This record gives sequence, C-alpha cells and structure tokens, in this order.
Amino acid sequence: MGGYILRRLIAAVPVLLGITVIVFLVMSLIPGDPATAILGAYATPENVEKLNRDLGLDRPMVERYVIWLGNMLQGDFGRSFSRNRPVIDEVAERFSATLVLAGTSFVLCAFFGIIAGVISAVRQYGFADRLITFAVLVGISVPPFFLGMIMILVFAVHLRWLPVSGMYAIYGGGDLADLLRHLVMPALALAAVAAGVVARLARSAMLEVLRQDHIRTARAKGLPERRVILGHALRSAMVSIIPVLGLQAGFVLSGAVYIETVFQWPGVGRMLVDAILTRDLMLVQGGVVLVAAAYVLFNIAVDVAQALLDPRIKT
Amino acid sequence: MLALILLLALATPFLPLQDPNATATAERFARPLSPDHLLGTDHLGRDLLARLVHGTRLSLAMGLAAALLAAVLGSILGIVAGFLGGRADNLIMRGIDMLMGFPYVLLALAIVAALGPGLVNALIAVAAVNMPFFARNIRGVTVALAGREFVDAARLSGMGNLRIMAVEILPNVLPVIVIALTTTTGWMILETAGLSFLGLGSQPPQADLGSMLGEARAALISHPHVAVVPGVMIFLVVMSINLFGDGVRDALDPRLGAGAPTRPLPATVVDRTGPPPPSQAGHGALLAIDDLRTEFRIGRRVLPAAGGVSLSLGRGEALGLVGESGSGKSVTALSVMRLVASPPGVIAGGTVRLDDTEVLDAPLRILRGLRGRRVAYVFQDPQGTLHPLYRIGEQLTEAIRAHQPMSLQAARARAIELLRDVRMPRPEDRIDDYPHQLSGGQRQRVGIAMALANDPDVIMADEPTTALDVTVQAQILALLDQLRRERGLAILFITHDFGVVAQLCERLAVMYAGRIVEEGPTAEVLAAPAHPYTRRLIACVPAPGAGRRRLETIPGLPPPLDALPPGCAFAPRCHRARPACSDGEVVLRRTGMRAVRCLYPEAAA
Repeated sequence: MGGYILRRLIAAVPVLLGITVIVFLVMSLIPGDPATAILGAYATPENVEKLNRDLGLDRPMVERYVIWLGNMLQGDFGRSFSRNRPVIDEVAERFSATLVLAGTSFVLCAFFGIIAGVISAVRQYGFADRLITFAVLVGISVPPFFLGMIMILVFAVHLRWLPVSGMYAIYGGGDLADLLRHLVMPALALAAVAAGVVARLARSAMLEVLRQDHIRTARAKGLPERRVILGHALRSAMVSIIPVLGLQAGFVLSGAVYIETVFQWPGVGRMLVDAILTRDLMLVQGGVVLVAAAYVLFNIAVDVAQALLDPRIKT
Repeated sequence: MLALILLLALATPFLPLQDPNATATAERFARPLSPDHLLGTDHLGRDLLARLVHGTRLSLAMGLAAALLAAVLGSILGIVAGFLGGRADNLIMRGIDMLMGFPYVLLALAIVAALGPGLVNALIAVAAVNMPFFARNIRGVTVALAGREFVDAARLSGMGNLRIMAVEILPNVLPVIVIALTTTTGWMILETAGLSFLGLGSQPPQADLGSMLGEARAALISHPHVAVVPGVMIFLVVMSINLFGDGVRDALDPRLGAGAPTRPLPATVVDRTGPPPPSQAGHGALLAIDDLRTEFRIGRRVLPAAGGVSLSLGRGEALGLVGESGSGKSVTALSVMRLVASPPGVIAGGTVRLDDTEVLDAPLRILRGLRGRRVAYVFQDPQGTLHPLYRIGEQLTEAIRAHQPMSLQAARARAIELLRDVRMPRPEDRIDDYPHQLSGGQRQRVGIAMALANDPDVIMADEPTTALDVTVQAQILALLDQLRRERGLAILFITHDFGVVAQLCERLAVMYAGRIVEEGPTAEVLAAPAHPYTRRLIACVPAPGAGRRRLETIPGLPPPLDALPPGCAFAPRCHRARPACSDGEVVLRRTGMRAVRCLYPEAAA
C-alpha cells in the first residue's frame, strides 16, 4: 500500500505541472499589462516600464514560466498588492476557513447522500423513494446561493435561530460553539446540491448491486436484512460511489465560492472573486494553483481509499 | 412547464412590459402586487416583472449557448481523440485530464480573471469548464465505434478521416451528445447565473437572473421579494430542464429505464389466493412442496415460472430435478426460502412445509432463522455468488455467526474446519484469500462449506457443477455425495445432466415449462422413461459405452411462459401428440413410485 501511495504521488507530478501551465497560459491571455493594472491609468510610461522590468514581464514567456515555477517550488507565490502581503500567507489563512466549511459540507453530503440513496433503493418505488427522488430533484435544481439566501431569511431573520453571516461573532465569539453556530447554514446550503448528486448515484449503485447474485447468497445464509444491505450491498456499491465522492469534493469546493459570498465566510473563494474584481492577478494565480494542488492531493486520497476498499485493484 | 418558460422567453420582445432598465427611485422597493408593478420593484425602482422576464431570457440564452459551445468543442475533441487514437488521443486526453484536475469554478474564475468580467467571457468560461465532460464521454463511445466493421468498410471505400468522422461516427454518437447536453444544460444555466451572481457575468444595467440575485443580496433582509423572485425563477427553469433531461435520457437510453428487473426486497412477495392445498406427500416428509405457483410479474405480463409444482424430500434423500434452462427448476428451489428476486417474482400459490410446518407465511424473522440453518443453498456460479470484497474467512464466519453466537476466534476455527471438510487444500492459508484469488473449483468448495456451516437438513444445490470443468465436477459431486452419507443431508439437486443425477440421486423429477412431467426412482426412469419429453431428453445425452448411437435433438423450442398452450405444454413438440393432448389440463398420474403427466405415455408405466 505504501508503494501504491508513493506511485500515485509521483504520477501526480505531471498533473500538477500541467495545472501550473494552464494557469500560466490563461493568465498570459490577459489583455493589457499588469503593471498598468497595478499602477493605474495615470501611471507614467517610465514607471510602467520599470515595474514591468521589476516583475520580470519583459522576458520571454517560457523564461517567465520557469522563473514563476521555480519561485513557487521555493514557496514564493509572489505578493498580493491588494492585501499587501505574500500570496501564500493570504491563501493559507483563507484556505483554512474554506476547509472548515467545505470539509463539513463534504462530510454532510456524503453521509446524507448515501443514506438517502440506500433508503431510496431499498424502498424502490415506495413512498420514501418518491419523496427522496423529489427532494433530490429540488436539491440539484436550486442554485446554492439562492438556497443560502433563503436560509438566511428563514433561520436568521425570521426565526432568529442562527447568525446571519460570518465565521465568528464580532463580539465575544471565537470559540468552537460560536463557529458551529455560524457553520450550520453555509455548510447545509453547500451540501445540498452535492448530496442530491450522491443520493442519485447511491440509489442506482445500490439497485445495481442488490440485483447481483452475492446478495442472494447473503440472504440465503440467513443474515439479518440490515447486514445484507449495509454490510454486503453498500460495501459493493461504495466501489462506484467513492469516485463520485471525489468529484463531489470538487463541486463542494466550487460551490464554496458562492456560499462564501452569501454568508461572508472569509474563505478562499470569496478571496478569489475579490482578487478578480480588483485585478490582483498574483493572488488569483497563486490561489488557483494552491487550491487545485490541494484538490489533486485529495483525489489521490480518494483513490487510495478505493484501493483499500476493493482488493481487486492492483496496488 | 419548460415549454411555458421557453415560450415566455421567445415572446419577451412582444409582451407589453415596462422598460426593464427604466429607473424610478421614487418607487423603489415597491411590494409585489402593487398597482403598477405586479411583482414589485427593485432598489432602483425598476419593474421586477419586466426584469424577471428579460433576465430569464438572457439566462436561458446564456446557458444554452454555453452548453452548445461546450458540446460542440467537446464532441469534436472527443471524436478526433477517439477516432485517431494513438498520440493524438494521448495528447488530447492528457490535456482534458489536466482541465478536470481543477475544481470547475476555479478554472472558470481563472478564465474570467484573464478575460475580465462580462457576459460573453462568463459564457466562454462555463463552456470551457464543461467541455472536458463531453470530450471524455464522446471519446469513450467513439473508441468503441472506431473498431466496428462499418468504419473499416468506409475506410476501405476510400473515405478520408474527416469524412468518416462526419458521416459515419457523428450520427452514431449523436444520441450520446444529446443525452449529455440535456442532462448538463440545467447545470450550465446554474453556473452562468452563478458567475453573474458573483458580479463576474452580465454587467449592469443588463441583468440575467444571477445578477438580479446578486444585486438583491444587499437588500435581502429588508426587501426579500427582490431576491426571491429571480431565485424561484432560476429554480423553476433548472428543475424543468433537469426533468426534461431525465425524460430524454430514459427515452434514448433504455438501459436506465424503469423496466429493468430489480431485487430490493428481502424475501419474495407471497400473494396467494385461495386456501393452501393439502399436502400430497403425507406427514413425515422433511420438505414438502405442494402446488407451488411462482410467477414473474413484469408490467402487465405474468410469466408463470413454476406452475403448480409438488415435490417432497425425505431425510437424507437426494432428489434430482432435471429440465432445460427456463423450465422452472431454480425458481422452484429458490421459492422454498422465498429467495426468488422480488420484484418481479411473486409466489402466487401453493405451500412449502418443512417438518409439516408451513414456511411461506412465516414472518421474515422466522424465515431468516431457517435460511442457512435448516435449508442451505449452493449456487451455480461461484464467481458471482461470493462477495468479491470480503475474504472467504469473513464470509464463512459470518454465515456461522448468523445462527450460532460465538466469538470471532471460535468461528474462524470452525471455518477452517469447514474448509477442511470440503477438502480445500491448505485451509489455514486460503481462509484469508479473496474469492478472485481462488480457482472456480475452490470457490465452489467455499460455497459448499458455507452451506454446511450450520449443519442444515436440506441443501438446495442449484447446478453446482455446471460452471466447472469435468474433473473438478466429478470431485465436487463425490464430495456432496460423501457429505450426504456422513451427515444425513437431504439434497435437492438441480441439473440438466442425467449423468449427474444417475451418479448422485435415488429419485428424479423432470420439469418442463414450469411443471413436473415425470417423477420416479432414477434407475427406473432412466431405463424406461414414461413421458415422451423425458425419453427425448435422455436421448440427447451421449452415453459412454453405448456404442455408436445417433445423438438426438428435440425439434422446436419450449413455449414462452406467458403463452403456454392449453393442455400438455410439450404437445406441440411431441411426436406422439394427439388432439386430446391439447384439449384440457393433463394431470400428473401416480402409479406406485412413479408419476407421469401424459395421456399416452411411452410403454406401460
């Protein structure tokens, strides 16, 4: 297993390189030059030229890419001019907030999605199945940002159960309970779509497995139905559910951009949007690379989980 | 619903609406249903209804355009990669993999960051992000198509690659493209609306549904209706498109349709009409099946797989149940412990008695106690019947502990003992193997060990040797026979092979089209079959040492179960059939140990 993980990590290197190439290419599509963007429209041509030289923008593209890559490998992701601090510090701080939110949502969507899918499959065409199928349709059709807004209206404004937004209360907050109170709504809003997708898939995976002969064997042994469903059927179904969970992690991370905006969550998604609107390209560039890298690593973790689950995968 | 929204979007320019961008600060935040503004106004006093209709139009157009763009680009890449293969394929797909390495919004954000916020740029970003999905799907289908004969034929006839892709491949992948398109369009509308919501899509004063929501967010708490109106609209649009997409997928991809048989229920549904029939076997039989009727109900069709089967099995007795595939042998055996897949299986009549106790109406809890402990099964295909993800030791101990509470260690010791009983070589090592690490014969030994785990009284062996090669077959048969003698097991042995029956069973019953047509002691039936079907079935088997003999086949095919002929089901294929055979029900007549369902039996039985 250790060798397998190592091989997967090595195989990820070209993917990570590819990501930096894509980001670099996309960023060099930008019309006009960043120096003007930084210095503003009234900058003198001499200053623009000087800044371009300082930023290394007068060199050929390949050279610029290699320098940029080299700097990143040394942990230098450049400096955010809008925050006036190193990109890596800003991203690290914001990313941890996103991880709290997206991680919670991911766990929620996996948990509720799988449970709903299993119930739906076992009660195929029954009342519970119809109810869940309908809920799933609603879940995958409602825009996450709108769902978040509705939740704010209902739970924060009307019922006054939960705080409207933010990660911590401004006064007197900061402990875990406070964090959880702030986390409930954004995490649920973010999990809704992904849970719907997971539930759909879990349902069809379970139905597929329940039809297989080894389920009949399990029942012929006289196992309790609970064990047949959760021990035998779900275990097999997980083989096709887990890769989709990996994809959902991407959706959750993506949806976090909207949810962080709606709930004023100080995460990396909100940061990227702000950075784009203020044209802080160093921050966009570094942020995208770092988050994409984290996502690649997460997907390796998913593959490893898959290999642990299914002995037929060669490790 | 979808049609309505589309119609609305198309008709927008002709509707008598107010100017969506006319501001009137005096009337800002008018409530819905106010005299001039049906849905109220927003923070600049603009009429919400007008903005909603225009916004919907814009959102739909954006989403559809993005979807089409993604579909066209993705399909081209997919077809080219799949058709050309080799280096082009590798290059394109590696690139696609890279794109898929991003969480999708991140990539869209990067693209918008580069191109600058704006409607068209958002559209490009969404299309670019979704393109890989199409490319992957289409490539997969194309690869399968590229190896097919008609493509080779086109190539031989001198068509250029480009032409083959356009003329031969494209029409064939079109359904896949359409499915992918309809199932993702709703999603892409959500995404474009999302970018607008973040302020990166449509720029003021032009507004799609997303930017309406984004603008309304500032006044969410004081004037929620401004946000709710466009939000509900997006929801309705996307939901109707999703529903439409599901419909299209079901129509174009029957594999996923609702008609597929499934097996979610823990036990076969029992839906009997009329009182249970009296036992014909008399008391004392270990297992007595009487007038068992099991059918498959698929839509409006009813297939009677077992049409009134009666069988009995004494302690330590081996009964062979013989017939062609589809004759109802397996269904009969599975019905005993209500293991027939349900839906669509339904037990519509008859009884199953174990020690004179009816089991078909026993509650699930009792039934579960009987399964594996009193009546155990050995199935045909040991590959599919063992759970692929559990070690065989885990599966054995689980079977043991289902009925005998004991510690894991004790159960493991017992499992090793069982493996030794079924002559598994080196059971201590094998017990930690997964099923895929064993040979077919070894897997079947595990299957038998599992059936023996709780010392059952009856074993239902459903063609346990059919999937194995001949030498292994003989070993497994010898093993079953020995176990029967040692433990006094009763075995119902299902097979289509008279040789196997002759070797193992004292008695045999022959099934045809869901009914028993002949029953009797094995030696007598083999020597002098009474039913013409039995006779011909035996004649199909090559007998070693019988010299040169013409191997016979039975003309025709068994009748479809939902269109059984009246009277004897074999009559249409029978060389002895007379008109009376098709007149009415032919009963199973008993004479001593033998029974036959025939009006004109072979010889005198």
